[in-house]
Formats: sequence, C-alpha cells, structure tokens
Amino acid sequence: MYASQSTGWFGQLIQRSNDGGQTWEPVGNNFAYQSTPGTHLWYDGTQHPWEFKPVWRLEPSLTDPDVVYAGVEDAALFRSADAGQTWQELGGLRDAKGHLWQPGAGGMCLHTIILDPANPRPIFVAISAAGAFRSDDDGQTWLPVNKGLISAFELPDSATEVGHCVHNLAMHPSRPEVLFMQKHWDVMRSDDSGDSWHEVSGNLPSDFGFPIAVHAHEPNTIYVVPIKSDSEHYPPDGKLRVYRSRSGGSEWEPLTNGLPQSDCYVNVLRSALAVDTLPSCGIYFGTTGGQVYASADSGDTWAPIVRDLPAVLSVEVQTLP
Amino acid sequence: MIRVVLPQHLRTLVKVSQPLELQLAEPATIGAPLDALENRYPVLRGTIRDQLTRQRRPFIRFFACGQDLSLEPLETALPPAVTAGVEPVRIVGAMPGG
Repeated sequence: MYASQSTGWFGQLIQRSNDGGQTWEPVGNNFAYQSTPGTHLWYDGTQHPWEFKPVWRLEPSLTDPDVVYAGVEDAALFRSADAGQTWQELGGLRDAKGHLWQPGAGGMCLHTIILDPANPRPIFVAISAAGAFRSDDDGQTWLPVNKGLISAFELPDSATEVGHCVHNLAMHPSRPEVLFMQKHWDVMRSDDSGDSWHEVSGNLPSDFGFPIAVHAHEPNTIYVVPIKSDSEHYPPDGKLRVYRSRSGGSEWEPLTNGLPQSDCYVNVLRSALAVDTLPSCGIYFGTTGGQVYASADSGDTWAPIVRDLPAVLSVEVQTLP
Repeated sequence: MIRVVLPQHLRTLVKVSQPLELQLAEPATIGAPLDALENRYPVLRGTIRDQLTRQRRPFIRFFACGQDLSLEPLETALPPAVTAGVEPVRIVGAMPGG
C-alpha cells in the first residue's frame, strides 16, 4: 500500500506499507520533472513555469509489484520501477499540448490514472481543466482523448481538444474499451477507448459531481454522487443520494436507504468512492464531513461505518481472500 | 559535535526521540547541519529545504541561542555555544495563523 502525505510545513512525503497498513516506511519523495519543465497557461493568459506541488494519486501497477505511478500537480505523471524509491517523469504526457493546460479552481492536478489489467501498455489519465489523455505505449507518448466533451460554461471553444475539466474516470476490467467520466458538468461515456464521448447524464438531478465508479461484476452498472453545482458543493435538496445506473448511463435511480435525506451539506471527493470485489459488491464512500458510508449490497442499503474524521480525501478498498 | 533538535513530525520520520548529535567539518556554518542531516537521513530531503531549489521551506525556521537564524546566509558561522555543543540548533515548524 502507498500513501501520499503533503503538508505546508514539510512538503511531500510518500509512505509505503508492506503489511497491509500496520507499519509504514517513507520511500522516495523526489519528483523532478524531466528536463526543463517549461510553462503552461496561467489564469491571466500568460505562460507560467511548471512547479511541483502535491502528489494527488498513487496507482500501483496491476501486473508488476515494483511499478507504481504517481499523478502530481502541476500536472505530470511519474513512474517508479523500484516500489517508490525513485521516480521518473513520463514527460511525453506534457507534450500533449501541455502549454495550453491551465489550472482550474482545484489546481492543475493529475488526479486519475486508469490501468488495464489485461494489457500493461494502455494508460489513461485525467487532469483537471486539461482533460483526458491516453498512452498506447506504456506512457511514452500521449494523445488528448476529449472528442465529444462539451464545456459550454467553462471554455470559449466549448469543444476544444484540451481544457475540459475532467473530474474522474472509471473502467471495468472486463471491458477496457468502455470508459465512464464524471466531468465538471456532465457524465460521459466512451465505447472506443476515449476516441469519442457521448453524454449519459440522463435523469440525474444534477450532472455536476466528482467521483464515478463501476460495479465490480456488472460492467454496465455505474455510480455517481451528484452535487448541486460548481459553486455549491453539496447534494441537491440537502439529500445525500448515490445514483446508480444499470444501463451504463442515461437511466439513473437514487440510492437513499440509510443515507441522510435532509439538511445534509457534505461533498464526496473524486477519490472517495470505491468498490470491493465480494460477490454482492460492496460500495464505500467518504464525505467532506468525515463520515464513511458502506453498502454491502451494491448500493441498495447504506450505513455509516466511520464518523468524525477530517474531510475524507480518498477511500480505497482491499478485498481479502 | 553539535546537537540538533528536530520538530516532532520529523523526529517521527527518522525514528529518533532525542536531539541528534552531528559531527561537522570546519567551518561549522548554518548550512552544515542541514547537509549533514540530509546525508544521514535521506528521508529528510525535501522536508526542510526544497529538493530542487535548496531553499528553506516557508514554514520552517532555524533557531539557536535564542536567535532566529532563518534569514541568515547558509555560509554564516554557527554561534560558538552551538559549535561547543552547549546549545542546540532548533529546526522549528512555524505556527502559521489562520
């Protein structure tokens, strides 16, 4: 297991546990951009130097126990081949029009890394206010894969190749060509490995949100947690509802049993929704109010399993044999 | 031999509870214990100074003999009481308001 710690005092640390989280050891924390990192677009339209900030995402390889990927802010992807001791940037990603990427309100962070368990070569990543990107050669070269995304409220060219604020991606391992996306606004689906996207927001009460997840055993069953808007990060009507689609999008049902249905104003962040691989597929999510809710039955019923934490940034599930 | 007191979180990181004792080459400057610490405990690299720029992190301060040494050039000699091992260098995580 890996954990990213970042504080204003002591900067970035990476910790690794070899015993399921009982004990932790610090590993490498030197994330040096490959060559001169160059510049990206800044809020005022000028170019701004790339600067390393926190590690947002750590994604262990699904096939090689020594390989782990790290998504960082300012957006870049790093790879370690020695279980986190040293890190090398996969600098080809920033060649995918990196000079046009621009930070959004949450910073210019690479927050999502999707790996294909059957094939180590394709990698998908998502970057806030830049978009989704795919590599077909284990991270050496990259293409923006944002065709079909429409960001009418956010961008002067609503269908531009880069600049879309992708919040999260999800894939089912049995069907790696199908991707689901929670964008800033809009829930999207691609059936061709990201080459094109179409909207599947359907009857959601709001299509703004952060996390998206796929059921462990039903590749067409997906989950989102709608919130009201970009400036109002809380559930519509104060009702905390997970929405489930059993049709791969477009038709959604609210899941409310056991969740607060009045005066609830928490958010669920992009990495705070996870599924286990038990036969009935447990679903878990953490809130900015410090609760973790769990469902042992694919979302039909829920109960809080932890409360009074700080804001929950990330929920990961390990299904033990 | 000089003594260095780390802030609590860095003591946890390097698994020590007592002030660290460092043997420094002459001349013993403000920068010398930082270099020695990072050499003995590579995990401290980046936690006190930025790994790329080598600049002190904004909320880290250096004190010795009741004086704030944070803004002094790293080539400045440490106070005699420090080099004599009487007083420690204190690396402090500042208490920013908010």
